[in-house]
Amino acid sequence: MAKMIPMKERGKRTPRHMPEQDVHKRIHNFNEVSLGYTKEDAIYEAQRCLQCRSPTCMDGCPADINIPEFIKKIVEENFTGSYFEILKTNNLPAIAGRVCPQEEQCSKACVWNKANKAIHIGRLERFVADWARDNKIHLERVGIEKKNKKIAIVGSGPAGLTCSADLVKIGYDVTLFEALQKPGGVLVYGIPEFRLPKAIVEYEIGEIKRLGVTIETDFIVGLTKSVDELAEEFDAIFLANGAGAPRFLHLPGENLNDVYSANEFLTRSNLMKAYAFPKYDTPIKVGKKVAVIGGGNVAMDSARTALRLGTEEVHLVYRRTSKEAPARKEELTHAEEEGIIFDFLTLPLKILGNEQGDINGMECIKMRLGEPDESGRRRPIYIDGTNFILQVDLVIVAIGTAANPIVARSATGVKTNKWGYFITDENTCSTTRKGIFAGGDIVRGAATVISAVGDGKRAAKAINNFLQ
Amino acid sequence: MSKIIRVEKWHDVIYSMWIKALQISMKVQPGQFVILMIDEKGERIPLTVADYHREEGWVQVVFQTVGTSTMKLAQMSIGDEFFSFIGPLGKPSEIKKYGTVITIGGGTGIACIHPITRALKEVGNKVIAIIGARTKELIIMEEEMKEASTELHITTDDGSYMRKGFVTEVLKEVLQGEKNVRKVWAIGPAIMMKATCAVAKPFGIDVIVSLNAIMVDGTGMCGSCRVTVGGQTKYTCVDGPEFNGHLVEWREFMNRLTRYTELEKLSSKMYKKKCQRK
Ligand SMILES: Cc1cc2nc3c(=O)[nH]c(=O)nc-3n(C[C@H](O)[C@H](O)[C@H](O)COP(=O)(O)OP(=O)(O)OC[C@H]3O[C@@H](n4cnc5c(N)ncnc54)[C@H](O)[C@@H]3O)c2cc1C
Ligand SMILES: Cc1cc2nc3c(=O)[nH]c(=O)nc-3n(C[C@H](O)[C@H](O)[C@H](O)COP(=O)(O)OP(=O)(O)OC[C@H]3O[C@@H](n4cnc5c(N)ncnc54)[C@H](O)[C@@H]3O)c2cc1C
Ligand code: SF4
Ligand code: SF4
Ligand code: FES
Repeated sequence: MAKMIPMKERGKRTPRHMPEQDVHKRIHNFNEVSLGYTKEDAIYEAQRCLQCRSPTCMDGCPADINIPEFIKKIVEENFTGSYFEILKTNNLPAIAGRVCPQEEQCSKACVWNKANKAIHIGRLERFVADWARDNKIHLERVGIEKKNKKIAIVGSGPAGLTCSADLVKIGYDVTLFEALQKPGGVLVYGIPEFRLPKAIVEYEIGEIKRLGVTIETDFIVGLTKSVDELAEEFDAIFLANGAGAPRFLHLPGENLNDVYSANEFLTRSNLMKAYAFPKYDTPIKVGKKVAVIGGGNVAMDSARTALRLGTEEVHLVYRRTSKEAPARKEELTHAEEEGIIFDFLTLPLKILGNEQGDINGMECIKMRLGEPDESGRRRPIYIDGTNFILQVDLVIVAIGTAANPIVARSATGVKTNKWGYFITDENTCSTTRKGIFAGGDIVRGAATVISAVGDGKRAAKAINNFLQ
Repeated sequence: MSKIIRVEKWHDVIYSMWIKALQISMKVQPGQFVILMIDEKGERIPLTVADYHREEGWVQVVFQTVGTSTMKLAQMSIGDEFFSFIGPLGKPSEIKKYGTVITIGGGTGIACIHPITRALKEVGNKVIAIIGARTKELIIMEEEMKEASTELHITTDDGSYMRKGFVTEVLKEVLQGEKNVRKVWAIGPAIMMKATCAVAKPFGIDVIVSLNAIMVDGTGMCGSCRVTVGGQTKYTCVDGPEFNGHLVEWREFMNRLTRYTELEKLSSKMYKKKCQRK
């Protein structure tokens, strides 16, 4: 069994790198890029943790994970115990360990961060979850007292999944309604296989089902049944339908044939498995030269997907610079390594096409950064006379998402703000209608997996209080 | 799970299917559609609800085999279950008392116009229905349409049945004779809907068309189905499928229908080969 190492030693060690698939190989396949820690890597990294008495890292984790405790159990090689420790508060550890922006969350709050040596907490979490899955470790819950109250959850993204799991664990009868044919939300239709393998998402959802959550797919709340109808059948409702509607720039030419929203491009590729066309029936277009508009995770995912589908040249067109880009640094680095061409400080003006609707270029203009705007980021300003045409034949618009009104329309008395997001109480996630709660992207706008998980947890507590 | 309870082959390329789908049958209104997946590897296929029965809990769809997915669908039989079956999708037709209205169906569009025709008559409209197809065998649901309408006209392109010619020619004559037509509905191939608009326009009559844009989710999530209507981008699946045909940007709509033509050809070639091997 491995041991705690002396404090002095802990300071000497440098953070452990996570192995990755070779860049020349990975651009031709959809397999996972990051390969995860080995047992040795994990123990080495875990031994660096100072086991702080008042661990600041935990303030950075919306899933309330007892971080030093699960890390300690890694050092002790008690991986099962470590897994169960995490499961106490987070039901999606293999997922969170992969896509949670940990450098902005737990790791940023770790005391080691000042010395640029923050513990790679998410990678450790991933290791533990992967180990447990490989070794078929399941947490059996017995003797849960049934509460005889029914709760409906709308949407099976991280918010809905977390809330269902937390509620079923304390004895509620929980039904999760999902519009698509598979549960998981953005985890299955948005985030690509090479960052988050779908088998892993399926596995963790399977574990939540084992707890006793009923999942009804193919059920569109607002169409199949309204929220008002659900309110008659259920004692409480949690709305977690995400911010699923695509946004466009309203540029001339935006409805030409091969202009995709990132949602369409990624849904075709991920959910419908169009990357395996024609083995799967759903087609996807592969451009020769592709422009992806945007600078967030969604843009990176679209660009890297296009590359893997066989596009010769992928341009990422973003009006600010890499410093302002909202994507995780790791994603930017991966994209750059893979050969995505970054056209920063560039604003698209018009997509050009022929009579048949085929794209034959995109007119852009160069920008420079001026004074900071309301968001605190420096405002991009046109540089007159720098218009040019980017030679592309396919364009993907990845500038974010908006609220889809289907659910809200069917929920009398549940108020939304001017963008269509639900208005909720920050602490309880309760909406303006009693017994109805909401969280995740449909409250925050496009945010993160872990903030959705956090909302799911808060809502579960509030629902439990409400039903007492 | 949604199970097939009856299948009929009406023609080489036209099939009708009755599917048990309790929740959808309770909710569906004329003008709405469903999306189904045959198996895990399948596409999401949108099909208009041609008829439904709330007590017996079924919906009917009528489809034409045009590519891989519809050919696979035609292979399914009684008792088979769909991997996925969702609905009802889209906005219902605006059914109310207008006075005199005309409903037009072309090809499988006849099945789509059927519940709308019936509902318009039920609320007290005089409904003049015009249905047409390329040739006699492709005229479907004639009895049902006779029942659903006040007056039924039938045309075939080749003159093999009833009147020879296009539905638009009948429309023109009817509009010249009937002075009080309030509205026209037209469902069929894009080119037919566009031509219908052109005929009705000089009479100052609105034409409601139902657009079969290429879709993925059908719930407003992907934007695949977008179409320009009155200068604004609309999503066919949630803002439609029915729109005022005079405002539709037809060129763009028809272009977007060809987005996957090449790939679909490849897919159906492979599928046919696979079928031959069996
Ligand atoms: C491409 C992409 C990459 C991303 N990468 C990252 C990342 O690396 N790290 C990170 O932290 N975050 C990332 N995000 C953001 C993150 O995925 C979201 O913030 C998070 O998934 C939001 O969770 P949610 O539960 O609120 O909603 P969602 O995950 O959006 O799930 C909502 C669910 O509700 C369903 N639904 C919608 N309407 C209805 C209805 N009417 N009836 C029934 N069900 C309905 C939807 O189908 C969906 O399954 C990414 C997002 C995208 C799109
Ligand atoms: C709201 C709506 C309602 C519809 N109702 C009916 C109906 O009642 N009966 C019926 O027979 N068909 C209907 N369609 C069309 C039907 O969905 C397509 O014919 C089917 O998806 C084609 O699949 P495929 O793989 O067999 O053919 P593909 O190989 O995919 O395509 C063959 C041809 O059909 C066109 N096409 C492909 N996908 C679509 C699509 N999603 N919509 C329209 N055209 C497409 C292509 O441009 C191509 O020319 C409807 C479509 C929509 C959007
Ligand atoms: S703050 Fe860092 S070092 Fe301290 S317990 Fe948390 S992870 Fe370990
Ligand atoms: S869930 Fe996210 S914030 Fe919490 S420990 Fe894991 S990686 Fe860190
Ligand atoms: S089909 Fe996806 S938005 Fe209409």
